[in-house]
Amino acid sequence: MREKEIDKLKEYKYGFTTDIENVKSPKGLSVDTIKYISKAKNEPEWMLEWRLKAYERLKQIKEPNWQKPKYPKINYQDLYYYSAPKSSQSKPKNLEDLDPKILDTYKKLGIPLDEQKRLNGIAVDAVFDSVSVATTFKDKLNEAGVIFCSISEAIQKHPELVRKYIGSVIPITDHYFATLNSAVFTDGSFVYVPEGVKCPMELSTYFRINASQTGQFERTLIIADKNSYVSYLEGCTAPMRDENQLHAANVELVALEGAEIKYSTVQNWYPGDENGKGGIYNFVTKRGLCKGDHSKISWTQVETGSAITWKYPSCILKGDNSVGEFYSIAITNNHQKADTGTKMIHIGKNTKSKIISKGISAGFADNTYRGLVDIFPKAKNAQNFTQCDSLLMGNKCGAHTIPYIKNRNSDSNIAHEATTSKISEDQLFYCQQRGLNSEEAVSLIVNGFCKEVLQQLPMEFAVEAQKLVGISLEGSVG
Amino acid sequence: MLEIRNLKATVEKKSILNGLNLHIKPGEVHALMGPNGSGKSTLSNILSGKKGYETSGDVFYENKNLFDLEIEERAHKGLFLAFQYPLEIPGVNNNNFLKTSLNAIRKARGEKELDAIEFLKIIKQKAKDLKFEEKNLNRQLNVGFSGGEKKKNEILQMSILQPKLSILDETDSGLDIDALKIVSDGVNSLRDESKSFLIITHYQRLLNYIKPDFVHVLKNGRIIKSGNSDLAVELENKGYEGIN
Ligand SMILES: Nc1ncnc2c1ncn2[C@@H]1O[C@H](COP(=O)(O)OP(=O)(O)O)[C@@H](O)[C@H]1O
Ligand SMILES: [Mg+2]
Repeated sequence: MREKEIDKLKEYKYGFTTDIENVKSPKGLSVDTIKYISKAKNEPEWMLEWRLKAYERLKQIKEPNWQKPKYPKINYQDLYYYSAPKSSQSKPKNLEDLDPKILDTYKKLGIPLDEQKRLNGIAVDAVFDSVSVATTFKDKLNEAGVIFCSISEAIQKHPELVRKYIGSVIPITDHYFATLNSAVFTDGSFVYVPEGVKCPMELSTYFRINASQTGQFERTLIIADKNSYVSYLEGCTAPMRDENQLHAANVELVALEGAEIKYSTVQNWYPGDENGKGGIYNFVTKRGLCKGDHSKISWTQVETGSAITWKYPSCILKGDNSVGEFYSIAITNNHQKADTGTKMIHIGKNTKSKIISKGISAGFADNTYRGLVDIFPKAKNAQNFTQCDSLLMGNKCGAHTIPYIKNRNSDSNIAHEATTSKISEDQLFYCQQRGLNSEEAVSLIVNGFCKEVLQQLPMEFAVEAQKLVGISLEGSVG
Repeated sequence: MLEIRNLKATVEKKSILNGLNLHIKPGEVHALMGPNGSGKSTLSNILSGKKGYETSGDVFYENKNLFDLEIEERAHKGLFLAFQYPLEIPGVNNNNFLKTSLNAIRKARGEKELDAIEFLKIIKQKAKDLKFEEKNLNRQLNVGFSGGEKKKNEILQMSILQPKLSILDETDSGLDIDALKIVSDGVNSLRDESKSFLIITHYQRLLNYIKPDFVHVLKNGRIIKSGNSDLAVELENKGYEGIN
């Protein structure tokens, strides 16, 4: 029988660089750098003080190292903490004034910022390196009373909201990367949905790292006031570079009484090449607070990129009857590593959480689910359901499931299910006998495996995510 | 259509096929009968391109070397295998699988792919013809299907894909008499002068519904006897032991 030629791994489609003039902060981490960032953003005094407080704290603490994927020591003095396209200095008021090269970059990424061409009903905030370059559909959102802008703008225009909530879910003392972010965060999105309002469209932020030797430290804050609803999606890509670039974001969500926040991520940072050279370190802190009774926060993540993904989008279920959900797909191929999962902290009565995690490993990759279900003594009738499924392709990759359960209340109901399986040769043969090539067959089987999570994504993105699932595994079958 | 010359096959040093010859012309229906373990599924797997066998001998499909074609290329060129044990694929919708399959084949042939509406029209009609429960179209592919439902699903796929050469590997095993009739109707309605069938079975009863042009007996990896449908009756009476 003829040997099948092994397909060359397809190029990372988003790996191009935009040639653009940047304004950068001085290299390295220092009080001066922090002052530079704060000044560049024209921040009020309190914000600078807050940053400096975080920096003081940072000097006293160490990077954690309990995670499974290890990485070489990061030289924090060799990084740029702020990089902005020069053209953004003059603060373009509308899209016509935006640097055409930036517009073109987003177009190439499939995110046209031109409102007419946008998918119906999705507003976009575009973050390029350290700054937000455009936010679409602002007028329409204004009518509904929804605030959707960059965090920098919110600090200027809505200081009372930002001051009240920033750091209220992820305190500046939280842990190394969260503290680092608090000191040097550059941009990100801000959302406020007023009481009783159902946000009229999907909100989304598209993060792009372009400059080299630059860390991206974005900060996102979403507040859903009483009985409101918002669905938010973030996407991310970066150029192909030999260096490892650090992305350490903080995302805070606050849901007040009866409010619901649905937060979806399609993470496709550059994963490094097939030998494990380069790629993004995606060390992100995401946490939601169900502050009010009957509130709900739902995280959905499709993690296909990055050299290392290390994150645990979590829910603090403080309000009685509040609900937390975590739906995750983590795909690792070649030499990628992921250590991801969630924490569900049950504080209020009758709180419920649900965790569905699908980990897929191929090549030499390593994939860990790590989760915590923590039931406080006063969380009467708390309920958790956890399901962790791992799918392995080949026999050089790894999958691990580490579920911690801290149960301090005897009425609680906790259920955990876990499976590990392999794509069988017979399944592949069956699909191929029906006319699919091996990559189409893998994509079909893996998409089936991930279905419960894919279904959670907003419709417009589900199709994209399905394709991404297939693409991320290209080259994984011989 | 298909010409097999002196086909030998071994798996892990165990020889399974020992010089098999078979010639199937367009429009012919051949039945292949043989005891358990005689190599029937091995033959179907090799013809459809499954990896893991060491083979020698020649197989020509439409006058071209079959072994030059990948698994999916054989499917594109009209070779279909109804599996003895159809696979379950969790999370994959049955309908969607069939549509993906049909469109992959159409695309490879340079035909226009069908959209969801066009496909639905076809599948609904076929499901009705085969008395295939419509609700099963929306279930996960073969997951939790009964043995009979799985086999009927194979025949549904066959009738949608309209293959030139269909290999049915014990499709009749485990079917009740009604299902058997439905499966046979599925085959008979496809039959024409250009389509051929290789029907692997243990039982003569299927051949009451699907009249074969030839019957072959496989034993120890070779065809030891060929004849017309009377041979199936003889087998039913004497058993494989009685045939030399
Ligand atoms: N992958 C394999 N490894 C080892 N032995 C095999 C393998 N596949 C088939 N066999 C053996 O080859 C023989 C023929 O099997 P098979 O073709 O499935 O028979 P049939 O379909 O006629 O019942 C059996 O003895 C079976 O155990
Ligand atoms: Mg068999």
